[in-house]
Amino acid sequence: MLLRGKAHIFGSDVNTDYIISGKYKFKTLDMNELAKHVMEDLDPDFYQKVSPGDFIVAGSNFGCGSSREQAPLAVKYAKISAVLAQSFARLFYRNAINTGLPVVECDTANITAGDELEVDLTKGEVTNRTKGIIIPVKPLPPVMIKILNDGGLAAHFRKYGGFNF
Amino acid sequence: MGQTIAEKILTQHSSKQVYANELTVARVDLFMGQDGTSPLAIKAFQEMNGKKIFNPAKVHLIIDHSAPSPNEGVSALHQLMRDFSRETGCKLHDIGEGVCHQLIPESGQIGPGSLVIGADSHTCTYGALNAFSTGVGSTDLAAGLISGQMWFKVPETIKFTCHGQLPKGVYSKDLILKLIGEITADGATYMACEYTGETITALSMDERFTMANMAVEMGAKAGLMEADEKTYQWLSQFTGQKFTAAKADPDAVYAKELTYDVSHLVPQVAKPHRVDNVCPVNEVAGTPVNQAVLGTCTNGRLEDLRIAAQILKNRKIHRDVRFIVAPASRQIFLAAMQEGIIQTLVESGAAVVTPGCGPCVGTHNGIPADGENIISTANRNFKGRMGNSRAFIYLASPATVAASALTGKITDPREYI
Repeated sequence: MLLRGKAHIFGSDVNTDYIISGKYKFKTLDMNELAKHVMEDLDPDFYQKVSPGDFIVAGSNFGCGSSREQAPLAVKYAKISAVLAQSFARLFYRNAINTGLPVVECDTANITAGDELEVDLTKGEVTNRTKGIIIPVKPLPPVMIKILNDGGLAAHFRKYGGFNF
Repeated sequence: MGQTIAEKILTQHSSKQVYANELTVARVDLFMGQDGTSPLAIKAFQEMNGKKIFNPAKVHLIIDHSAPSPNEGVSALHQLMRDFSRETGCKLHDIGEGVCHQLIPESGQIGPGSLVIGADSHTCTYGALNAFSTGVGSTDLAAGLISGQMWFKVPETIKFTCHGQLPKGVYSKDLILKLIGEITADGATYMACEYTGETITALSMDERFTMANMAVEMGAKAGLMEADEKTYQWLSQFTGQKFTAAKADPDAVYAKELTYDVSHLVPQVAKPHRVDNVCPVNEVAGTPVNQAVLGTCTNGRLEDLRIAAQILKNRKIHRDVRFIVAPASRQIFLAAMQEGIIQTLVESGAAVVTPGCGPCVGTHNGIPADGENIISTANRNFKGRMGNSRAFIYLASPATVAASALTGKITDPREYI
């Protein structure tokens, strides 16, 4: 799968309260509504700035904090095609794979705001077209590749009726 | 080859012997969801064509984060949980029963050696009972409700050995804040923590829950302790069930082993807006406080309330402070009433709210105004956590919170003990 878009840069330790605040997530299951508030406390205009297919690019420990699956879902419904980070917090990582949001662990130091990126999930590499560099991607564990390929954990369960690794 | 507590418990629930970094699909003893995560889990359950729960007696849904409902959106989601519970037969804990991480230990269904999954990041709390318990998201929970299983990457373990006696006025909350400050917010990502040593043995169960609860603030998957007499005595209030405890082997392999001497530890505070932004209380002493919060799954237990009441007995809180108290469960609320603790706190000026999460997560019960400072016994101080990104949250022990409520500024509690 080849994804194309531009980079939106965030720092390290972006927690799930920043991704989607608790004050919104308890109220609704309408992810299109939640998506409007994604990253609001870090950048109030973020949702307006995103063009479909763009990437969130961050430092280490992206998605630390709560178990809320609304975090990867709000990112996905904001039309972000993938999150690139130096590292991810465990819960966000699992939830993203389960809900079908690609998470890409790679060196993000050479990506700056507005860079045009191309992410090849099959080959496992990120091309920074603006800077003309290729960044290798840390491969996903096989079980997560299986879940992603099945279309998320719900689809995996529909297909097999349980865990099938 | 020797095993850590995490490796032992996951082995006991798998069909094979497992070690760190291996993958296993394990049988889970209990599943939990709360009102921020259950509605999405119910949706995922339906998307998975789920018809029935594998064993409804092993599933608890708890309305605690936003309870009683502050608006119709939340009410609709609570209703979804009640309907689902009625249809599937799983146990629903409605408003006022308490916060999930107190109710699950009080259920008597889990204990040493149990494997527990909760759709809440602080599920690691039950590690204090020697249970391997960890948080997952809603879709994982739904998969568990259907299958009774969960897939795990067996975590590596960091062993924290603590020696020495905590000084007067210094508590397990101060110790765990100190450890988080040193390990940092991602220093234990994907790992389990084992807390051991004579300091841990000397802690009461209430104090142990506080330390296990905050393991996730270092990125950890679990915060485990060995079971002892105190564990079994505590559990005997709720169940006569026998459990098989998991003890780490002497030759278990650890990712890291750290040793601490706590005998000179001072009260600690986590400053805005990071839990690992920790300093000794004297560095921030004097900072004005607008709201003080005593409660949550970290520090809303009977001993926590008792410590605050001892400081506030026959005293009035500062006129410029709102002091919000949320007992962790109905049972704790009742015990605190019988002991006169609630009377003392209310006389001092506290506003007692429904047992549950209280104002911790910004949905209700005390959202701060712009520019205000809050001192709280909770476990997170992220910007916006309490519902206003222009407020500043400091985290501390119940004693530090009570002393600060009294003086209107962040205060070293040792002056009042």
